[in-house]
Amino acid sequence: MIRSFANTADRVGSVTLFLARTLVACVPACSRPRLIVHQIYNAGARSLVIVMLCGLFVGMVLGLQGYDLLRRFGSESALGMAAALGLIKELGPVVTALLFAGRAGTALTSEIGLMRATDQLTAMQMMAVDPMQRVIAPRFLGGLIAMPLLVAIFDVIGIFGTQLIGVGLMGVDPGTFWSQIQSAIGLDDVAEGLMKSVAFGVACSLLAVYEGYHADPTANGVGLATTRTVVASAVLTLIIDYILTAFLL
Amino acid sequence: MRPNRSLEIGTGFFVLLGFAALAFLSTQLPGTGIKFGADTSGYELSAKFDNVGDLKVGSPVSMAGVHVGRVTGVSIDPVEYRAVVTMIIDKNFDKIPDDSWASIETAGLLGAKYVGLEARGSETYFKDKGEIENTQGAMVLEKLVNKMFAAVADRAGGTKNDAPEAGAEEKGK
Repeated sequence: MIRSFANTADRVGSVTLFLARTLVACVPACSRPRLIVHQIYNAGARSLVIVMLCGLFVGMVLGLQGYDLLRRFGSESALGMAAALGLIKELGPVVTALLFAGRAGTALTSEIGLMRATDQLTAMQMMAVDPMQRVIAPRFLGGLIAMPLLVAIFDVIGIFGTQLIGVGLMGVDPGTFWSQIQSAIGLDDVAEGLMKSVAFGVACSLLAVYEGYHADPTANGVGLATTRTVVASAVLTLIIDYILTAFLL
Repeated sequence: MRPNRSLEIGTGFFVLLGFAALAFLSTQLPGTGIKFGADTSGYELSAKFDNVGDLKVGSPVSMAGVHVGRVTGVSIDPVEYRAVVTMIIDKNFDKIPDDSWASIETAGLLGAKYVGLEARGSETYFKDKGEIENTQGAMVLEKLVNKMFAAVADRAGGTKNDAPEAGAEEKGK
């Protein structure tokens, strides 16, 4: 019991220290923007298809479920508002973060873990190249920049998915659908979603690079580190989500 | 040509798409910019109401339950202090008698407001920029409830028992 508590404290402390080291390394890393662009491509552009596809289906399911629920109160016209609020404030950031952890986080962890296992990181240090600046910081920044953009794309596709089902299939009036959204969504709601997405971006990218950097330099170790990335990212995302929602509500 | 051209194109495409989505979320949804599903082909009518409730731009106009048009503007008449609602009626429905009634109705019990048109027997029809003279404003649920309790209290002769009971009922709503 005490030992597992000590282990948790050790891990939390080590992740926090790693965050500080990464942030320090981010400053010199900005002088090589090409590396960051490359990582935005890896983390963002290559997650685009899965995020758009999931956004579409989440929106369509919201259209079906929301319509069915709201019809019981005779207020189908609120479908657009309900779906857009749910997507922008909650589902968009959380689902995108989970997808990001699965799609980009695992790739980051296994890539860095394999660099560790094949002594590439050590070789860099031998050549007086700091792997924190050359490898870790660009990947962290790339994930951090990609996440809010992915969330925004997810939200928009999701709202159109809801419209597809609600208006196209269920016959909600399109004018009411959009006017309800426009009257209900404020800039503060969009900002709340954006803040969440930035927080999730930091959490998921940080855990991915941390686990990779500290992976055991064996095949088994890289595999375990990848698993830990997904599990820890998902749990941390949901915990941060609760805390942020409690503060921002 | 640089070797990694596809990388730049992919990243640029992704970043542009992301910012386009952000721009959409932050301007289109909260603002009152483009209205989706707005059909501008048709003719314009206006009507003055005592109260429009939460009628909004984009709300439907229907006749006998069939969608015939859309609200394009809600403003206030500075002289009479009544709400002026302008609407576009689809050009297929060009034979609406000019003594028709317009009323603000509610979809379902708590749903969104819409404008309902009720035809009368006139032989002449509304033209573009016409004004609907006969209107009925929105029913405000709370006012109706108050009226109902007032009527009940009157009939009971205003005995002491009625007043608190009515208050309790109202709170329950």
